Amino acid sequence: MLDLAIRHSFPGGQGFTLDAAFTAPGAGVTTIFGPSGCGKSTVLAAVAGLLRPGQGRIVLDGTVLFDSAARRMVPPEQRRCGIVFQDSRLFPHLSVETNLRYGLRRAPRTAEGPGMEEVVSLLGIGHLLGRRPVALSGGEKQRVALGRALLSRPRLLLMDEPLAALDASRKAEVLPFLARLRERFSIPILYVTHALDEVDRLADRLVLMEAGRVLACGTLEALSARTDLPILAARRDAGVVLGCTVLGHAPEQGVTRLGFPGGEFAVPLESAVPGAPVRLRIRARDVSVATEEPRNLSMQNVLPAVVEAVEAGRAHEAMLRLRLGPSLLLARVTQDSVHRLGLRPGLPVWALVKAVAFTPGGGDNPA
Amino acid sequence: MTWLSPEEWQAVRLSLTVALRSVAFSLPPAVLVAWLLARGRFPGRGLLDAFVHLPLVMPPVVIGWLLLVTFGIRGPVGALLHDWFGVRLVFTTAGAALATGVMSFPLIVRAVRLSLDAVDPGLEEAARTLGAGPLDRFVTVTLPLIAPGILSGAITAFAAGLGEFGAVITFASNIPGETQTLPLAIYSATQTPDGEAVAARLAAFSFAMAVVGLLLAEFAGRRMQALLGRAPC
Repeated sequence: MLDLAIRHSFPGGQGFTLDAAFTAPGAGVTTIFGPSGCGKSTVLAAVAGLLRPGQGRIVLDGTVLFDSAARRMVPPEQRRCGIVFQDSRLFPHLSVETNLRYGLRRAPRTAEGPGMEEVVSLLGIGHLLGRRPVALSGGEKQRVALGRALLSRPRLLLMDEPLAALDASRKAEVLPFLARLRERFSIPILYVTHALDEVDRLADRLVLMEAGRVLACGTLEALSARTDLPILAARRDAGVVLGCTVLGHAPEQGVTRLGFPGGEFAVPLESAVPGAPVRLRIRARDVSVATEEPRNLSMQNVLPAVVEAVEAGRAHEAMLRLRLGPSLLLARVTQDSVHRLGLRPGLPVWALVKAVAFTPGGGDNPA
Repeated sequence: MTWLSPEEWQAVRLSLTVALRSVAFSLPPAVLVAWLLARGRFPGRGLLDAFVHLPLVMPPVVIGWLLLVTFGIRGPVGALLHDWFGVRLVFTTAGAALATGVMSFPLIVRAVRLSLDAVDPGLEEAARTLGAGPLDRFVTVTLPLIAPGILSGAITAFAAGLGEFGAVITFASNIPGETQTLPLAIYSATQTPDGEAVAARLAAFSFAMAVVGLLLAEFAGRRMQALLGRAPC
């Protein structure tokens, strides 16, 4: 478990002060999400020990890494926090294999973790071992950097926007490896990003940061349903993330049925095994409502729901919170629709879901 | 070889010995000082920087005289060395090497510092997070990456050391077979009647050595860059 509470001012900065505190449980991926310059990378550097915060305390699994009151600062080389940097930072004078072994050779004998062969095969970098980093593509570099950090047998794996420097196709190449890693090893991961698709794919928990402060933290499902967090709710792709289970496939109709507490979705046919958990992001702009049960509709997903709240959205818009049993959906509609349909809390409605963003893996990768 | 006399060969050999020993003397402290200047954050850093560069801007004779005052038999350091270890530097080959080393010290510091500035501190940070202590990461990451700078600094210092005149003649004097290096021999030849031919031969020889040295430095630099994986291989 990581317990962190730090304050840090940057000398000569534009009055920017970091004041962050959160707790991340032992296993799984905790994602720090926020716009560029919100201080999320600073938090990571402080955990790694590469930055000494002005004041505060950082405790990892009962070990005090930093405590300004007790004047204690464990140097980075003794913290055993592996980092994957945005700019891979592979040693240019060493081969891929020697890079991979760099941390392994320096890990304590007693430390347990995956071996060389396992990591190499998991990341698919066996054919690169003899090469120099200069001869690798961006995606390959990040995979090697991931392996190098993993092989140092860290107690905590830190990732500082590991995919931000990659273009979309390279990113798509590396993301599945991250998902696999998360699924295979129980090592806790602290993942910094400003990309929501990475959050959807990898995050178990979310720490939302803005302007040096932690706005909220909790599970992705819980935070995505909150409308009081503008950095999530005001986005074009704002919407609730639902943890679902694959119920079954209907190949002749070309659909896969997914169940969630409070209802079912039909999505275009997927290859996931029945029973596997997946994660759906239901964007608020893809949800509309009807006060009567619609008929003769091309849409497949029409779910009975109850309006829980009508909240003001951006100009001329409203955000509806729809209750489906224990689950919640957000719907973005116009103020005009709210008046025309007389939408108010307690009103039973039909939620029409136009599209479902299917995130393979999401919860626990079925692959 | 018939076109240099035994005395002239002696001067050439002595020059090589002195230059080599001067580089051996000054290389380790120069790397350390370069590292302090490039990475260190301590009071007096600017002062150290200026002090290191003094030999570049001061007359070599003044440096030689300062060495004489410090390392002479009655100088503060020279007296200690003489009384405790029986070491005498003035008027010896070792003294000539010391004077040459002091003169070429800033050349090495500059070359090493330039290559240190080119090393991404992020790589040292990465090594840190992978569990490498200060000495470990210096030896396994920093040193290999600045090797081209060290090599080019050493070659430049060696080449410059072959020709050091003022500091050597002031501190170590002009003793054939002991401290009379190539430039000192050329100077002596020009002071002798009929020494023109000797001076011309020695000058031609030192020109040839300089050209070979430069070519070697160029080749070694390229080879090293390739080994470090900077260029696609």
